[in-house]
Amino acid sequence: MIAQLRELYNYRELLYMIVVRDIKVRYKQSVMGFLWAILMPVLIVSAGVLVRYAYGIASHKPLAMDDVVSVAAKSIPWAFLVSSIKFSCQSLLANHNLVTKVYFPKEIFPIAAALAQLFDLFIAGLVLVIFLAVAKVSLSLQLLWAAPLLALTIALAIGIGLIVSAGSLFFRDVRYIVEVFLTFAIFFTPVFYDVSIFGAKGKWLLLNPVAPVLEGFSSIVRGQAPNWNWLGYSLTFATVMVLLAYAMFKKVEPAFAENI
Amino acid sequence: MSSIAVRLEHVSKKFRKGELHDSLRDLLPALASLLWKRKSDVIGDRSEFWALQDVTFEIPRGEAFGIVGANGAGKSTLLKLISRIMNPTSGVLEVHGRLSALIEVSAGFHSDLTGRENIYLNGTILGMTRREIDARFEEIVEFSGLCEFLDTPVKRYSSGMYARLGFSVAAHVNSDVLIVDEVLSVGDYVFQRKCVDRMKEVIKAGTTVLFVSHNLKTIAEFCQRCILLERGRLLKVGSPNDVIQSYINSTRISRATDDSKPIAISQVHIRSRVGESVRFDSGETVWVDIEVTARRSCSKMAVVLFVTDEAYYEVFNTSTERLGCGNFNLEPGETFACSFELQLNFADGTFHPSVLIYRYDTETEYDRWESASSIYVGSASDVRGAVNCFPKVVKHEIVKAGANLPELEEHRLLGPGVVAKEDL
Repeated sequence: MIAQLRELYNYRELLYMIVVRDIKVRYKQSVMGFLWAILMPVLIVSAGVLVRYAYGIASHKPLAMDDVVSVAAKSIPWAFLVSSIKFSCQSLLANHNLVTKVYFPKEIFPIAAALAQLFDLFIAGLVLVIFLAVAKVSLSLQLLWAAPLLALTIALAIGIGLIVSAGSLFFRDVRYIVEVFLTFAIFFTPVFYDVSIFGAKGKWLLLNPVAPVLEGFSSIVRGQAPNWNWLGYSLTFATVMVLLAYAMFKKVEPAFAENI
Repeated sequence: MSSIAVRLEHVSKKFRKGELHDSLRDLLPALASLLWKRKSDVIGDRSEFWALQDVTFEIPRGEAFGIVGANGAGKSTLLKLISRIMNPTSGVLEVHGRLSALIEVSAGFHSDLTGRENIYLNGTILGMTRREIDARFEEIVEFSGLCEFLDTPVKRYSSGMYARLGFSVAAHVNSDVLIVDEVLSVGDYVFQRKCVDRMKEVIKAGTTVLFVSHNLKTIAEFCQRCILLERGRLLKVGSPNDVIQSYINSTRISRATDDSKPIAISQVHIRSRVGESVRFDSGETVWVDIEVTARRSCSKMAVVLFVTDEAYYEVFNTSTERLGCGNFNLEPGETFACSFELQLNFADGTFHPSVLIYRYDTETEYDRWESASSIYVGSASDVRGAVNCFPKVVKHEIVKAGANLPELEEHRLLGPGVVAKEDL
C-alpha cells in the first residue's frame, strides 16, 4: 500500500489537472456560472430553516437565530458530502475512455471528483461566513475546529467515493442505489434537526459516522466544543474506511479495463 | 538500467465471452446457479477464451519492434497488457523505464476545454509534469500547426485537427518505451509525413518503439524486428520481411476453403524474376499466377485482376477477356490457370492484388478474392501517391533570385498523387 500511495503522490499533478478540469467543465457554457455553487446551499439551508420553523410551531418555541445558524453550518458540509459522493460514483464511468486507454492510478478519478466539490464548498462557505457575520455570531476559538472537521468530512467523502465508484463500474445498480440512498439519507442524518431532540435515543443516530461531524459543525458555530467521544468514533470509522476502501479499490483496479 | 526494455514470459490473457454480470439482477441468478450446479457446468470452456496464449519475447532497448496480425489476433490485448491497463492472467511481464502509449491519442481530451487546456490535460495524463509541458509547449503547438485555434474549445475542431493536436502532445512525451497503435494515419498527407518523420526522430533518439499497424509498409519501414500473432498465439519472431511474408501466407490458406461456390479461385501467387516475394521494386516486372477450379460446369468465364492501395481504393483493373484472350468454359473438376505479367509502376506503399471470376454477358460475379495478398513496393526515388511516373528533374535553376523556391517545395508536397488519395 505504501508503494501505491507513493505512486499516487507521483501522479499528484494529474490529480490536480483532473480537479481543475472538473471544475472548469462544470462552469463552462453555463449562464449562471458560479452562482450555481451558491444556489444549492441556499436551497438546502432554506429547506432546513423551513423544517426548523415547523418544529418551532409544533413545540411552541419561536425559531431562534441559533437554530438557523446551526442548520446553515450543517447543511453546507452535508451538501458537499452528497455531491462529492454522487460525482465520485460516476467518475470512473464518465472517464471510460481513459480507464480503458491509458495507465495511471485510477483512484485519481473518485478523489478528484470529491476534491472538485471543494470549490463549491468554498464558495458556499464564503456565503456562510458573510451570513454568520450578518447574524452577528460571536467569534470563538472553537471555530478553528472547522478545519479538522472539514478534513474528516473530506475523508468520509473519499472513502465512500472509492467504494461506490469501483462498485458502479462493475455493477450499474450501485449508481441507482447510491442516488436513492443519498436522497433519503438526509432524514437519517441530523442535518435539519439536532440529535438532542431525541434525548437519550439520540446516540443511535450518532452511530451514523457523518452525524457527529455535522453536530460538531453545529457546536462550533454556537461557540461550544464538539463532542470528543463521538468525534473520535467518526475519526476511527473514517480512517478504517478510507484504508479499507483504498485497499479494496487497488485490489480490483486491474480488472477495470475489461469489466467497464 | 537493464538492456531489455520489455520482456514477456509465457504471458496469457483470458477473457470471458458474452455478457458480463453488469447488474446485481444478473449476478444473483448466476450465483444461485453456481451453488446448484457443479462449477464446471457454469464456467465451462465455452464461456471464456484466450486472447493471448503463452506469448514469450523480449525487446532490447532502442529497438523498433512491430506487431502484425489479423483482426482479433490479440494485438490490442498485448498492447494493453504491456501498458499495464490490464493484468495478464498468467505469466511474467516486465517493462523497464517510463512507458507511454500513442493509442487513440485524443482519449484524454475534454471537448469543452480549449486546445491549450487540453494540451496540459492530455500531457499530464500521458505522464508529463506541468513543467515539462511548459518547456515543450511551443514545440507541441508548432508541430500541430494549430496555433491560431489554441483558445478555441476542441469541440469546435474538425476531427483532423482533433487528432493532430492529440498526436502532437503524445509525440512529445519523453518516454523510454513508446507504443504506437495505428495512429500514424491521422490528419492530412502533409501531417502524416510529419508524424512519420517524428517517429524516425524518436527511434533515432534511442526510444524503444512498439508498432502495431495494418499498414505493412510502415512496419517494414520502421521496424528492426517483428512478431506475428494469430488467434492469441505467437507464430513467428524475426525480420519484418520474413514475418510479413508468413502473415500473408497464413491469410491465404484460411480463405480457400469454401465449398458452396460453383467455381472458386484456388491459388494466387505473385513472383518476380527471382521467385515468389512480397516486396518488389517500383517498375519491376512481376507475374501473377492464378488458378481457378470448377466444382460445377461453368461457361464464358473471365478472370479479373485488380489492385487496391492500402486504403482498399482500386488503382488498377484488367481481365483476361479485356486483354483479348476470350473467355473460358470449365467442366467440374477442371482447373483454369493463367498468368498476368505486370509492370509494377506503383509508388511506395502497400498494395493488394485481388482476383475476381466474372461473366461479362450476364454480369455475374462467381468468386472474389479481395486482397489475395499484400505486396509492398519500394522505389529508389521519393515518389508518393499511388503511381510511379518515374519522375526526373531535368532542369533546375534559379531564374529570378530566390523567388521560386518555396513555391516549388509546396508543389512537390501537394502533387497529383496526393489529391487522388484525399478524394477517398
